Amino acid sequence: MGPLIPQEIIDPQWNSVIALLIGMAFGYILESSGFSSSRKLAGVFYGYDFVVLKVFFTAAITAALGLYYFDYAGWIDGNLLYINPTYLTGALVGGVVMGIGFVLGGFCPGTSTCAAAIGKIDGWVFWGGMLVGVFIFSEFFPLLQEVYTSNALGPIRVYESLGINASTFIMILIVVALAAFYVASMIQKKIRPKRVEF
Amino acid sequence: MNDRSNKYINPYLGGFLLGLLLLVTFFITGRGLGASGATKSTVVTAVDAVSHSHATKSAYYSKFISDDQHPMNTWLTFEVLGILAGAFLSGALAGRLRFKTEHSPKITSKTRLLAAAGGGILFGFGSQLGRGCTSGAALSGMATLSTAGFVTMLAIFGTGFIVAYFFRKLWI
Repeated sequence: MGPLIPQEIIDPQWNSVIALLIGMAFGYILESSGFSSSRKLAGVFYGYDFVVLKVFFTAAITAALGLYYFDYAGWIDGNLLYINPTYLTGALVGGVVMGIGFVLGGFCPGTSTCAAAIGKIDGWVFWGGMLVGVFIFSEFFPLLQEVYTSNALGPIRVYESLGINASTFIMILIVVALAAFYVASMIQKKIRPKRVEF
Repeated sequence: MNDRSNKYINPYLGGFLLGLLLLVTFFITGRGLGASGATKSTVVTAVDAVSHSHATKSAYYSKFISDDQHPMNTWLTFEVLGILAGAFLSGALAGRLRFKTEHSPKITSKTRLLAAAGGGILFGFGSQLGRGCTSGAALSGMATLSTAGFVTMLAIFGTGFIVAYFFRKLWI
């Protein structure tokens, strides 16, 4: 049955409208979870607020389990889904740069958009910074091309990389997430007296 | 903690709703969510407007320029406009709309804005090198169990925890 647009069950001309509606739901959920506050987001790195860990991990498990089940039940054709290809070097180096940017700036692209939407000046400034960063990357692309394209492994799945089957991996992921939630709640209890107000 | 923060929804409920939205997004479009793609479209459009020949000669911009479609006309641009609207709606309903620079009481607004600009530059650069950000590469990648998704997620958050010590004065 699904995915609907790639199989033209929904006419692709609706794409932009659907993008706008999905974006609205995305922004609404992020903002109402507290993702428009850089101080709440950065809390995950200092142990005073774990909203990032809780929301992010819960969402990943829900979606991964859902997609796996939809595929198993035949409701979605897994072969038509976009699997982002792995370029190991680019993903690692890019991830490291983004990690530093996250702790320094307190946002990521989606969350800075939410912050900007409710009037946070730092959200707009972060957005402006991103445009500069993209521009720098693009202008220096010839020098970065090798890092960008090396170690191309194609659209591989993490369970293949680890040599286990998908259901085992999902089980492990859920156990790791539950353990992380438990540890996070323990840390937060210890740090609570020092907790900052927003 | 004052009662204002209690207006945020339970994070596990938020995560569950976000997961369902991601599932619905894959079911409808065959792809996940994203955000940094819109910054790329914006830069490509701006550079193309200033110098079309520079943009078409560039190895990077030229990937995203075609004759039959405006470079701003991408799925992610519309999605990010949606994020702005959705977040505005949520903030309005919860009484959180106001112009302000949020920062720790130990730093000035100016320091916060400089840090935000620096963080943005790094995130913009890194998201191009990593082919996506926390939403498009990490979260959506994890949903499809792609290796790229997990590597990007571990690299972002792993680095964050490692460097957090050096940036602690900005936050605690």
